Amino acid sequence: MALAVEMQNIVKVYPNGVVANKGVDFRVEGGEIHALVGENGAGKTTLMKILFGMEQPTAGRIRIFEKDVRIHSPHDAIALGIGMVHQHFMLVPSLTVAENVILGIEPRRGLGIDREAAVKMVEETSKKFGLPVPANEKVMDLPVGIKQRVEIIKALIRGAKILILDEPTAVLTPQETEELFEALKNLTKKGVTIIFISHKLKEVKAISQRLTILRDGKSMGTFVTDEISEEEISKRMVGREVELVIERSQAKPGKVVLQVENLGYVRDDGVRVLNDVSFSLRNGEILGVAGVEGNGQRELVEILTGLRDGATGSVKLNGEEILGLDAYGIRRRSVSHIPEDRVEFGVALKASIWENLVSDRYWRQPFGNAVRIFPKTMRNFTKRAIEEFGIKADGPDTPVMMLSGGNMQKVVVAREFSSQAKLLIADQPTRGIDVGSTEFVRKKLIEARDEGLAILLVSADLQEILQLSDRIVVMYKGEIVGYFPQNVGLTEEELGYYMLGVKRHEPSRLKESMLS
Amino acid sequence: MKRFAAYEWIRTAVTIAIALALGYLVLVFTVDDPNEAFKWFLWGPISRVRRMVELINYTVPLIFTGLAVSVVFQAEIFNIGAEGQLFMGAVGATFAALYFPQIPVLHVVLVAAFAMLIGGAWAGIPAYMKAKWNASELVSSLMMNYVAFFLGLYFVNYHMRDLKAGYLVSYKFPETAWLPRLLRRYNLHAGILIAVAFVFVVWFFLYRTRYGYEIRMMGFNKNFARFSGIKVRNVVLYAQIVSGMVAGLAGAVELMGLYKRFVWQVSPGYGFDGIIVSLLARNNPLLVLPAAFLVGYLRTGAYVMSRMTGIAPEIVTTLQAVIILLITAEAFLEFLKRRKIIKEAMKTEGGENP
Repeated sequence: MALAVEMQNIVKVYPNGVVANKGVDFRVEGGEIHALVGENGAGKTTLMKILFGMEQPTAGRIRIFEKDVRIHSPHDAIALGIGMVHQHFMLVPSLTVAENVILGIEPRRGLGIDREAAVKMVEETSKKFGLPVPANEKVMDLPVGIKQRVEIIKALIRGAKILILDEPTAVLTPQETEELFEALKNLTKKGVTIIFISHKLKEVKAISQRLTILRDGKSMGTFVTDEISEEEISKRMVGREVELVIERSQAKPGKVVLQVENLGYVRDDGVRVLNDVSFSLRNGEILGVAGVEGNGQRELVEILTGLRDGATGSVKLNGEEILGLDAYGIRRRSVSHIPEDRVEFGVALKASIWENLVSDRYWRQPFGNAVRIFPKTMRNFTKRAIEEFGIKADGPDTPVMMLSGGNMQKVVVAREFSSQAKLLIADQPTRGIDVGSTEFVRKKLIEARDEGLAILLVSADLQEILQLSDRIVVMYKGEIVGYFPQNVGLTEEELGYYMLGVKRHEPSRLKESMLS
Repeated sequence: MKRFAAYEWIRTAVTIAIALALGYLVLVFTVDDPNEAFKWFLWGPISRVRRMVELINYTVPLIFTGLAVSVVFQAEIFNIGAEGQLFMGAVGATFAALYFPQIPVLHVVLVAAFAMLIGGAWAGIPAYMKAKWNASELVSSLMMNYVAFFLGLYFVNYHMRDLKAGYLVSYKFPETAWLPRLLRRYNLHAGILIAVAFVFVVWFFLYRTRYGYEIRMMGFNKNFARFSGIKVRNVVLYAQIVSGMVAGLAGAVELMGLYKRFVWQVSPGYGFDGIIVSLLARNNPLLVLPAAFLVGYLRTGAYVMSRMTGIAPEIVTTLQAVIILLITAEAFLEFLKRRKIIKEAMKTEGGENP
């Protein structure tokens, strides 16, 4: 078949000076599943946003089905037969599946919408492509895997012949991933071309026919998937061979630091997002909280760190009740926190590195006193931290905005690890950063554990959970449904069953997660 | 980074040049002798010592209000109530000048302190409403300007009015509440010294104290501040109160230095010009000084031109508006900056070998 997509010498410079694509060539043949791999920040998403008309290239040429095109907006892209499923779904939760799918292309009857025709349209497409969805259910009641299917149908019904999937498996359990892959293979049989963005090599190997590797905004070549090994791919992705095996000795836990009992929380919209959550955490151990995103982990972390109030139950830090304190009160009690979203919470982008590193200690000696702050001390401290944590920057005065994602995360990690905390809450500590930084952060976590820190690790990355945790709890729909007192012989698949709610431990076993 | 700082300067300079050219164009279409008028506009403020003094005296309140606005703007709080805070500060100063004990030196200090207290309290009202009920400070502080104006006039006209003066002013201040003069022949008052000192005070407050640090971090990213354990609600309060204090002081200095009594029957507009000054200075207290001087120069130049050529005041106001509008248009020339950034970025990429 002919070329479906041809992007030549694509350059993208963002207004803030970041060069995301540095002359990328990218060719996809019609009817294939083509994986676009690369670390976070390598420019994959930018390249695809350009293809979908969400960003304009600074330079370069695009051909779709062998015709020169200019794509000014997603509207243009859709007209050309390009569809995109984003990492974060763009669905209206309170509408039904059919309503979501036909939004903007509603079949009319008089002045209103022909609902029957809409449902029929959806069902026909769903059948044609082998993607079963409940057309009349509300989107908010559906599991993530089905929501994703709705997104795919949304693109197909608009005539997409080229389908871009941006890290589609990031939010799925292993079982859901397999189903997705089946569906994708079916789609190619109907002539749909699929571009699959991912940095998970196993999945890339399993699903794609060819792949293109991006590194640092440049293409590292296109390969037939079967002719290149995982090691070879990863070498080209990171530019060096990495061992992602983290050495972890047996934990030597001490006394209980954090005691969470019967924690419950009802969100403003009336949804109960936490129900009877109990566990405890000791010095010198890492407790992993696994689960598909959106099962209450975010709320749990925000409650524990004082960023969200209104929870019921009890949270004790070294015996003291801390539920109801604000972030100020909890920080003053030596709790540090690596937030899930570093740009939103973890840093002030326009501020310098040194200003970012002291945000939790500017008020105390030797950084400041009741009135003054001491920028000189702060800068010197920052210089040492830059060295110790390997932050790539010109110096303490560099604005955090100028750093790459991995280095930004290192700024956050440097602050939270150097605060002499009793408890560290690490929420997705390696999300969206390069392999090198990931390895660094994980090793630091183990190091801190060995020095006696109590660490609560919340992560949707099962590999991370299995690598680092001494004990594991699994969250599903706001409850703890699995408890593994030892991280021995556990597999991602096994955890996956609990994450999906298929399996569930006995209440008596779950109670064991509370130590005294 | 340094290259871009230089670029910001060039950008500002180019904008000013374009603004002046447009101002000239306005004159060409409205005045018989635009060259003569424009000459007065450009050189008027420095053509006589008397006019230079006028320029400096005009700059003083702009420095204070520019500083006041920069404090709240750095916190990303859009309290634009400096006008009302200044007005209330002036009313408070009048009260203190007329009724506080007339002890030399101390009297001036007390008048200033009282004006700061009133200005701070006035700014505290929208601040409290923001912290407590999340009421938009932009709207409430703007409304408070009108309340300040009429309330202030009521106090002055009904309780402190000098009936013998023949026009609507307060009693004259006792001499113990006058700022010293710096020149014998011209009315150059010590306000400029206080203003310059406050440039450094506010700079120190913002960049060397923990309160300033909290204000700036909150301005950069409110979520980050809260996450780090900064009590955001408190910061919202005291940033506005400190700002109000500085604006209040502006009112006191203006009356003690220039008029020696309360004279305003229309709001003087310094508070609004303070917003322009702060924007020009990119909210940096140290840059407030030249920015206030520039705005003061444009205003004074326009007055001199109007006096010397008899141009209708409407045209003068239009000219000022055109120039100031252009200068403050942040987005103006932004496209040039973007092109420059792209070029720079590509250059560094080209030099780097994978």
